[in-house]
Amino acid sequence: MRYNERELLSLARQPAEKAAEILMRVPKKGSVLKKRLVKLVVNFLFYFRTDEAEPIGALLLEHCRITKEEENVFSISFIEEPERKYCFECDSEEQCQEWIEALKRASYEFMRRSLIFYRNEIQKMTGKVSPLESCCQVVPGGFGQEQGLVLS
Amino acid sequence: MGEKGSGRDGGGCPAVGSFPRPDLAGEWRLRDEARHGEVSEALGKGAAHPRKTARGCGLTRTAGRAMKLNERSVAHYATCDSPADHAGFLRKRVERHHHHAHHHHATSYQRRWFVLKGNLLFYFEERESREPVGLVVLEGCTVELCEATEEFAFAIRFDDAGARAYVLVADGQAAMEAWVKALSRASFDYMRLVVRELEKQLEEACKSLAACHKSPRRSSSSGRKRHLSNPALLPLQEKPAILENGYSTWGSGGGVPGGAACPDRDGGHVKPPPLPPRRRSAASSATGSPAPGLSPAMPESPVSPETACFSKLHSWYGQEIAALRREWQERQKRGHP
Repeated sequence: MRYNERELLSLARQPAEKAAEILMRVPKKGSVLKKRLVKLVVNFLFYFRTDEAEPIGALLLEHCRITKEEENVFSISFIEEPERKYCFECDSEEQCQEWIEALKRASYEFMRRSLIFYRNEIQKMTGKVSPLESCCQVVPGGFGQEQGLVLS
Repeated sequence: MGEKGSGRDGGGCPAVGSFPRPDLAGEWRLRDEARHGEVSEALGKGAAHPRKTARGCGLTRTAGRAMKLNERSVAHYATCDSPADHAGFLRKRVERHHHHAHHHHATSYQRRWFVLKGNLLFYFEERESREPVGLVVLEGCTVELCEATEEFAFAIRFDDAGARAYVLVADGQAAMEAWVKALSRASFDYMRLVVRELEKQLEEACKSLAACHKSPRRSSSSGRKRHLSNPALLPLQEKPAILENGYSTWGSGGGVPGGAACPDRDGGHVKPPPLPPRRRSAASSATGSPAPGLSPAMPESPVSPETACFSKLHSWYGQEIAALRREWQERQKRGHP
């Protein structure tokens, strides 16, 4: 699958929502924990060798599962391959929890659900539909269902 | 940084001159032989990423990657049944690299099935294809109409000087407009903005409902009465401090207090989805000030049940969001976070 790597690399250089040096292990046979600079930008998690400017890799965080493993450790796996885990060992349980929370929220799908939630809550409270909801295309199961609010 | 190591450019790649591309000068790190070795070993399955190509030669068809991506999962996300934000056939201009400055052959296009999910634009050879041929990560892009040779053409461009544009051609005017609209909104950042706005609206709604409890005026809305009696709402009044910018600052770590203070009544979710740390921005003050053009004597919140005129609400939010989008676009252009 081709992709615009240049733009992804550029994204990796953006200020991150969260970044830290964390021990990381990739789901390959025989791989070991290695210290990596891990950087969360939008719905991608980039990981770098600590002394390098460009990432070794990127993980798209859609349809992923963030799991608390043993103490200080969490893992990221993906829906279609739940046993293949990227493991991260943090310095503290607190850091571990912070990353878990941040990563759980770092997906477009999560934001979609948030949007639907807030929209419904607003409607329940005010009886009115927020005009804002037509600012984006998040009706589940369909696309492009604008409701007439055109943004300049 | 202009080396072409043997690990980078394979045979058969026409020597073209400037490598690496000046747009990444200074930041472009060459993968050395050791890295190459590690990548091959790490991949293990024989899916070796040859160092050569494409990028060095300026071609966009690349067989190799310097950076790993969880491609299998990405492809799965492309084809699974999560909602697509837009989909349809488009003709995609084929980008060829020339040694010479000017076109020596006709531009050609390939018809592909495009699927937009969030900030990711996938394209497939056929609508029924089980795997995408390619992906365009849209974060940070701009979308513009092309006054090019083709009718209904538009381009996805990135800030990067020298980055290629993706030129796409729709079937007709309506399709083109729909795509341009969908793609312009297709960034994570923009979505986050909208979600934050909705969250603020919800906070305002909670606040004015709480205020209404004390007001002698009662609306006859039975909906409101139902809410008044909902004990789950009472904690709101004890948490006014959380309503305005009650979030940790950008990059300071993830501990976000629970989003809007309204309890979740939705069985399926654990709790109201809290938002990522809020970026400090001028936009955060937007809620308090009515947009110009509205009567200044509108003291209550736009979502207050007392606000009578829906068309006012409509234009109020439209203007606010248009302003926020402009601000956001400006920030994007300046490369500001």
